Amino acid sequence: MVEHRPLTAFLTHLVLILGVFAIALPVWITFVASTHDELRMNQAPLPLWPGEYFLENMKQTLFGSGLSGTEQAPVWLMLLNSLAMALMISTGKIAISLLSAFAIVYFKFPFRMGFFWMIFITLMLPVEVRILPTFEVVANLGMLNSYWGLSIPLIASATATFMFRQVFLTVPDELLESARIDGAGPLRFFFDILLPLSRTNIAALFVILFIFGWNQYLWPLLITTDTSMTTIVMSIKQMLEAAEQSPQWNIIMTTALLAMIPPVFVVIAMQKLFVQGLTETDK
Amino acid sequence: MLKRVHFPTSALPYLLVAPQILITLVFFIWPASQAMYQSFLIEDAFGLGTEFVWFENFQILATDHHYLASFQRTAVFSLLVAALSMGFALILAGFAQRVVRGAMFYRTLLIWPYAVAPVLAGALWVFMFNPTLGIFPYFLEFAGITWNHYLSGPQAMGLVILAAAWKQVAYNFLFYLAAMQSIPNSVIEAAAIDGAGPARRFWTIIFPLISPTTFFLLVINMVYAFFETFGIIHAVTQGGPGTSTTILVYKVFNDGFVGLDLGGSAAQSVVLMVLVIAMTVVQFRFVERKVAY
Repeated sequence: MVEHRPLTAFLTHLVLILGVFAIALPVWITFVASTHDELRMNQAPLPLWPGEYFLENMKQTLFGSGLSGTEQAPVWLMLLNSLAMALMISTGKIAISLLSAFAIVYFKFPFRMGFFWMIFITLMLPVEVRILPTFEVVANLGMLNSYWGLSIPLIASATATFMFRQVFLTVPDELLESARIDGAGPLRFFFDILLPLSRTNIAALFVILFIFGWNQYLWPLLITTDTSMTTIVMSIKQMLEAAEQSPQWNIIMTTALLAMIPPVFVVIAMQKLFVQGLTETDK
Repeated sequence: MLKRVHFPTSALPYLLVAPQILITLVFFIWPASQAMYQSFLIEDAFGLGTEFVWFENFQILATDHHYLASFQRTAVFSLLVAALSMGFALILAGFAQRVVRGAMFYRTLLIWPYAVAPVLAGALWVFMFNPTLGIFPYFLEFAGITWNHYLSGPQAMGLVILAAAWKQVAYNFLFYLAAMQSIPNSVIEAAAIDGAGPARRFWTIIFPLISPTTFFLLVINMVYAFFETFGIIHAVTQGGPGTSTTILVYKVFNDGFVGLDLGGSAAQSVVLMVLVIAMTVVQFRFVERKVAY
């Protein structure tokens, strides 16, 4: 702050604290809903202060039979499915992007620019605008209801390829020259020099892609019909539908809480990498 | 683009790009071209045969008042989402950059909603605004407002806008704060010495200097509202009541998977692709000019 004015300083903090509360309010209400029993959650006005059923709700949500009157996989299995999908998408994207960025930056070969533009085009086509034909392809390949079907169609990534291309372009040429004088081949150079140099970029990208993968909704909704393949994020919608018959809001909101804890934890715990990843991938 | 020093030509680079290219071909290029081809076909009423009709599907779209209304609705929706979340983020960032110690603490408390899935954001808000149980309808009742987004179109629209904007504040705040912190302190100090108060400094110095960020965020927010809010709509309103929250992305899904109008849905996909490409080009041209090499 440039000048010292106690009143404006007070006002500044007041506005910020109000902002923090406004942003946190929906999650606070969700948390409160997960700490009361079913009976209390069906009386208006709903509580604004936590009750004492949190552990019980957690236990029933994670290992119980889920909502009464619905056929659902247990929530712990959904969490595992989500984790598998998020990890496959993020590691897959990073792996194939690293390889293709390496090829495009360090090799001169026919059709190099053609490949580059082909990857560039994928940047422009979000899954939402080509769902129907993509669904058909996956169905024809027999990849419905499998982890491969959940992850592979989402792992081609122009943003990641672009980012690694930028990173590789900043690596000094002298490193390659000296590596070649010492007799290192392309793969040796890639694994021993390029990979260690781009370690933090990989970690930052991983944080962003993990969140991206975990939060996938439309795609899993379309290609999983088997309840044992449900992911936690898509189960919320089914629960909201079921809520019209059996309004067990305590269980629904505990599930919502479980679905957002992993990615939110990743953002808070790895904030520096998250910010780096977010600002890098969007340029 | 290419390194001055590089490896000699061999089969290796082809092997390296193969996985990426294969996935791009199978899951991007092929489906996209299928969508384009299907947009030229009309299926007969029994689904037995298809007819190649050139641009008829697009002509139908251009005269379909449901589609045009959906277009308009999407424009209103995305402008309001962008304005609401960017405005809120700008205010918070404007105050946060004044805090010397603790700015990073506030940042931690404000950026986490980025990690909440859109469909979850929808679930949280639909719970708070549940007409019979929710907290907000209970308090709105005292103000004489009856809240029921299952019956009232404008209320349903308001709710999806709130949920979509809430999630996006985090992203906008992060970029605004970073932009403000990169303004040299000397500029601010000089204005302070000349007698400009905090509000004056904000509007005459900080706000104009971060206008590139504002433009960048506007594009990003429009893309977000156009394409990533499907989960929110699906969880909160399913496009209803009536069609009052059916935005373009939801309509593609609804006409294709629920209505099974393949040609019409594919034509809508093609229109959306053109929109995405236009937005990306705007974004890239702008970023090219902003980044100084």
